[in-house]
Order: sequence, then C-alpha cells, then structure tokens
Amino acid sequence: MPEQALSDIKVIDLTWHIAGPYCTKLLADYGAEVIKVESPSVGDPTRRMGPFFKDDPHLEKSGLFLHLNTNKKGITLNLQTSTGKNILKTLVEDADILVESFRPRVMPSLGLDYQTLEQINPKLLMVSISSFGQTGPYCDFKASEIVEYAMGGEMCSTGIDSREPLKLGGNVVQYQAGTVAAVSTMGALFAARAQGVGQHVDVSIMETQAGSADRRIVYLLGYACAGVLTTRWPPPREAVRMLIMPQGVYPCKDGFVNTLSLPQWWPRYIEAMEMPELTDDPRFQNIFSAEAGMEFDAIWYSWLADHTREELFEKFLKAKIASAPVNSPEDLLKNQHLRERGYFTEIDHPETGKVAYPGAPVNLTETPRQVRHPAPLLGQHNEEILCELLGYTREDLVKLRESGVI
Amino acid sequence: MNKLPLEGVRIVAIPVVFAGPFATMLLADLGAEVILVESIQRFPTITRGYMPRPPQGLVPTTGDTFGGTGGIQTYVDHWAGERPWDRFVMFHALGRNKLSCCIDLTSPEGIDIFKRLIKVSDVFFESNAHGTMEKLGLTYDVLKEVKEDIIYLSMPGLGCSGPHKDCSLFGAQLQALAGHTWLTRYPDLDYTTTQSLLFHSDASAGATAAFAVLCALHYRNRTKKGQFIDLAQLETVVPHLGEAFMDYTMNNRVQEPTGNRHPTMAPHGVYRCRGEDRWVVISVASDGEWQALCRALGNPPWASDEKFSTTTGRLANQDELDKYVEEWTCCHDNYEAMYILQNEGVAAGPVIDQRDAYHDAQLQCRGFFEIVRHREAGTHLYPGMLFKMNKTPLSIRKPPPCLGEHNDYVFKEVMGMSDNEIAELEKEQIIGGDEYLTDFTF
Repeated sequence: MPEQALSDIKVIDLTWHIAGPYCTKLLADYGAEVIKVESPSVGDPTRRMGPFFKDDPHLEKSGLFLHLNTNKKGITLNLQTSTGKNILKTLVEDADILVESFRPRVMPSLGLDYQTLEQINPKLLMVSISSFGQTGPYCDFKASEIVEYAMGGEMCSTGIDSREPLKLGGNVVQYQAGTVAAVSTMGALFAARAQGVGQHVDVSIMETQAGSADRRIVYLLGYACAGVLTTRWPPPREAVRMLIMPQGVYPCKDGFVNTLSLPQWWPRYIEAMEMPELTDDPRFQNIFSAEAGMEFDAIWYSWLADHTREELFEKFLKAKIASAPVNSPEDLLKNQHLRERGYFTEIDHPETGKVAYPGAPVNLTETPRQVRHPAPLLGQHNEEILCELLGYTREDLVKLRESGVI
Repeated sequence: MNKLPLEGVRIVAIPVVFAGPFATMLLADLGAEVILVESIQRFPTITRGYMPRPPQGLVPTTGDTFGGTGGIQTYVDHWAGERPWDRFVMFHALGRNKLSCCIDLTSPEGIDIFKRLIKVSDVFFESNAHGTMEKLGLTYDVLKEVKEDIIYLSMPGLGCSGPHKDCSLFGAQLQALAGHTWLTRYPDLDYTTTQSLLFHSDASAGATAAFAVLCALHYRNRTKKGQFIDLAQLETVVPHLGEAFMDYTMNNRVQEPTGNRHPTMAPHGVYRCRGEDRWVVISVASDGEWQALCRALGNPPWASDEKFSTTTGRLANQDELDKYVEEWTCCHDNYEAMYILQNEGVAAGPVIDQRDAYHDAQLQCRGFFEIVRHREAGTHLYPGMLFKMNKTPLSIRKPPPCLGEHNDYVFKEVMGMSDNEIAELEKEQIIGGDEYLTDFTF
C-alpha cells in the first residue's frame, strides 16, 4: 500500500450530522487518524437517518452514516461528565486537529472552548463548523439544509418564475460546507507546521455558501458592481432566449437531456443534427435572434423526440457540444466512464456486507484514497484508544461504562 | 504578526471558468502566491468575458431580458470599456489575491519561459478541457523533468482517463450526469422546469481541488515528493449525493425528488411572505420544534388538531398544514418571520436575494463583505472570506489582477529576467500586457 498524504495527522472529531463528518471524512480518507467521539448509546444523529440497509432502521445500518464516516475510529464519551472531559483533554494533548460542529454555545458550556484547549496544546488547531458562525446576531439560530440554501445560496433563482423558489436536491449545501471546512483545516495546518501557530478556525455554513463559486459569489458581485439581481426564469419552452440554440433541460425519446450553447457553436448543432440545409436557411442567419430561436424549437423538439439519451450523448460528444443525459442514481452506477475509471468502491461492513459507495472525489496518484476500514460501530474502538493509547485497564473500561462515561 | 498559512508557496495556474478559479482563489486567500498565466493572443472565453469586445448591445443592462442571469454576463456598471477583460464581473468575483502575467504558450520561446517559471514554483494547476496541456507539450511528465517535486493538478469534467475523458462539459451537464438534476425538481412538474443559475459541481470540484493541492503540498513537505492529481469534477459531486446513491446500492431504490419537502420533517418548505416574491423557509424536525412553531404562531386553534401532533400525522397532512402556516407567513415580512420563529427555536430563514445579502445583519456583523479598489473597475464591496482564522486572519489583500498586470514582477523578480531580455520578448509578443494586444483569436 502506498503511503497516504495525511498519515502523520491526528484528528479528534466531535462532529455530527453532515458538514462536520464530511470534513473529517476527507481527512480520514486521505490518511489522517481520525478518532470520532460520539455520545454513549445514542451516537451521531445520522445513525438514525435513512436510507438504511434493507430498510432496517438499525444504528449501524444507516447508509448516510456509513458513507460519512469511512476510515474513522469511533469511541463513545459523555462530555457532560468530568471524567469524559478529562479523557477528551488527554486526547487533545497529542492531537493536531480538533473539529467540532456543535452550536456555538456548546463547547464553552462544556468548558471545552478554544482558550481552554489552547492551554493544553498550544499547537492545536480547532475547527468549529456551525450554521452561521461563532459570532453575530444569528449565531444561536437553528438551521437545516433548506434554511442554509435559502440564506446562503441561490434559492431565490432556483426553479421557475411562475412558482415558488426550489431547494437543490439532497444535502449538498452541508457537504459543500464540509469540503470548504477541510480546505480551511488543511490551510491552518500549514501555519501550525511551519510556524507553530495553533488557532481557532470559524467556519460558518452560511458564509461557505455566500462566498462559494457555485456562482453565488458572482451574483453578489453582479449586484454590487452593476445592480443586477438574479431571478427565476421561465422554463426553456416559454423563455425568451439569447441565442437560436437551446440551453437547459429538454425531453427526448427516453428521458431528458441537458445541453448548453456558446454563440460560436451554431455550426456544431447543425453537424450534430445532420441538417446541413440549416446553414443557408435564411431564418437562421442571426444566431442572437430570439424569433429564430422559436423557429428552431419546432425542429429541435421533434429531432430530440426521435433519439434516446444514449444516442444524443454520442452525437453531441462527436460534435463537441456540452450535453449530458439527466441520470438517476441507477444510471449513474451503470455509467461506463466511471466504471472504467474504477470509481465505485465496494466496502465491507460487519452489519451490511459489501456495498458500493461513492468513490474518491479526487485521485492523488502517489497517495490515493484508501479504504483502511469502514465506518466504526458505536464505541468500536473504545478499548483500542482508551487502553492501548491512554493506558486504561479493562476494569477501568467496565467502570467507565457503568458510570455512563463511555 | 504571523505569516499567512501558505506564504512562500507559489502556484502557477491556467484555470478557466468557475471551478478552477474558485480552487485557486481559496489557495490565494490562504496566502499562496497564485500566478495566472494568461495570453494576449487567445481569449479565455467565459473566464474574462463571452467575447473579447462585446458590442454594447450585448452588454446586459438592468431589467433587460438577460437581467435574470445576474452577474453572469455582466460588466462593471454595464460598461465594457476599453479593456472589457478587466471589467468582467465573473473574473472579478474569483480573481482576488491572484497575480496575472501573459506568456504566449503557442510559441517555443513561450514554452521555454513557462518552464523557467515552473522551475521556481511548487504547484501547477490547470482546469482546461482534457488534452489542452498535452497539445501545448506541458504534460506532467514534461514538467516533472523541469522540476522534480512539482505538484500538477488537472481537473477536466470527467477526469484524465476513461472513454469519455475528452468530453468537454460544464456544470449544468455534470449536475445532470451526477444525478443532481434528477433530485432537483418540483414533484408535480417535469425536468424542463429544473432551472438553476447554480451548478453544484463548480463548488464541489473547486473546493475539493484546493483540498487536494493542500494534501499534496503537505506530503511533499515531509517527503520531497511531488505528484500528479487527476480530478474529475463529476466525481466530486457524487459523494455529495452519497445517501441517494447508497439508497440505490443498498436497497435498489431510485430516490425521487421531493422538491421542498423532506422525507421525515414536516412542515418543511418555502412559504410566501408579505411583499413581491418574498419567501421564508421553515423546517420542523421534531415534536419539540412543532410545539415551538405553534407558540411562535400564537397557538392558533388549528394547531391543536390531534392529527398534527405527531411527525407521522404532520407528514400525512402536509398540504393542509402548509396552507395554515402560509396564512401566518403571508402577514409577515420574511426577516420578521425568521426572528419570530427563531426566537422560539424553529429553524427558519428568508429566501434572500443579492440585495438582502448585502444588508444581512449576520454577514454585516461578521464583516463578510470587503472594500476592493480596482484600477479599471473602481471601488466596490466584494464578497469575502469563506472562513475565519483567529491567528492568521485572511482578507482580500489584492484586487483581481488586470490582464498582464504583474508581468514585471513575475519576469523580473520571480524569474530574474533582464530588462533587455524582457524588451526583446515583448517585441516578439511572447510576453507582455494588453498594451501589445493586436487582436484576440476567438
């Protein structure tokens, strides 16, 4: 096995839900030793969120939890107890990084704020991920995926003009916040390694969205520099458009395709559709004409209706037009390109057996992601961490268990 | 005073459009010296404008038919000016803290200069279509000969291997391939209504690429080994949809889009507020939060109906429930609704537009927006840092660079060229800024 990029990094992981665990998953997948700390008997709430393996709502069978916690070791610790706090502090002494995603008042209320932990380990890098940040008038507010997208993202322009704003599918805002948090963590690690500077990184999910290149940043600046606002558009069929060529999602013989156009691509469309007669058609001499676009629609929709997603993908690929089928998760798993890249990863887990997981988000060719172990069972590594690492005896473990510390 | 985390790291970049510029922006924010290698011969379509010199009729103005696309095609003050490439809003949004130099990479002398720059750099970052660097003769193997421990990242939409690697795609198509379009839809309408000005792959690929570069730098710092990083933008989106993907691999279930609703929370959605196109989102995750919602709404009689008292009941009666909730939200301003609901402990927030963001109390209080003065574009408030660091505070240190603005610095100070050599190369237009520009190939 090749060495991994982060194999010299130790992380204490107090995160839960999605954003925090995705941040520490990235660190773990690329080699860091991540010790995930969960509350005894309850664990990370994602253990109780679906989808569940074979629809069995069991703490160890949540697909969401299994996906988010690969390569981590898991211990249980009740941070409300002083013994639990002491164990955590001992772990912090030897850690490079602590990541937490509680609401901002929680760590201080436990006596585990940065100022306290900094005393224990001055080089410690503490990363706090929260909905709105550690400070400011909203810092105690509650949020969820839809709230984050509405307040940080571009919900106002998602959907169509005659309807209400639409949330993006899934929980992508939280995943994205976790990815940005991983960037901040690695960035801060450089200051820690090069200058011996430990510090507190404050990641506000709202700001990871407002500052993100998922175009929000461009739209914000468009307002500041030119006063323009984004709005929801009509669907392509009803829209007044900028070009002859189509832009958006269109129905075809067996589903839907997405295509995009640049002004210089008109000849490529003629080529893909194998309709050379359009070149000299007087109706289509001005590619910026909205009326010509309407005329073209009649040709376009009926041509699409004669072709499958697969055929269209090949035709557009050949003509160098950016286009893609609207895939379901099932189509995605069958995608030939991803299969040949060896993207999908089967991971074995004691409660589910082998299941295909999403693959590595990036291939560091010398130090690739490795699956060293699946997501931990609740408290799976209590003995390894507490006994082997911290020197507790097995009798101690029994007592800690009985007193609800682990 | 501490140094910035990445001070001393030099990144040479040829990024295009969104994801690549976003990644290099994150690295530049952290203190890396990011040098964009640009061109006065070839125009970088979309990155610095849709065309080199748009006729004024194609420069969008407020309220015209393109107005709804926001900053995407916009020039500062709706005026393209003499140097449109320096006034294009999209470039401004992602260009901060970076430097720009111009080298003609289609000439052998240009390639030679580029390699000299690589020799004194740590990272080469490019986000062009697959095959572009190969055509220029600037593959990893070539640059590794020049600098043995170079870190080289390529991020085509579909990566550097596989049958469709040459397929050139943008965010909208990657979103479709990844299954994200599939999951984003009004449940009662078809996919043609999935209109979005925002494509998640740009965000996920950009942030993942920055993370990958940092991992590789960390590894190089302790082993002196560089490496090639193959990032397929599509592959960064799939993990962000992990639970939908695994529902299929575990249960053979193809998840259907739920619109603004949630499988286990109710009420969960967007509700009309007072005013034109004003909305508040609300999500209720537990019975406790339900009771909080009832309190916030003043315990109206309908709220005590038995069928709403449990999650199962609320999920089963959402249409009716949503109507009641909207009767209340309609009487409130969207921010007002947020404060009333949050004060009782309900997750809620306004659907904000760009104007709201600039006035938002939280973003203002945390100093999210920063004042930037730009030579060609004037002074404006720019969106700022994505995270805060207490001992190495980050900020917008430099405005987005004008085309070739840092030629002198790069060629003289970084590469040690003499004035004579520079003058000679400028005469041949192998290097030089837009004062040497005759016309772009487009």
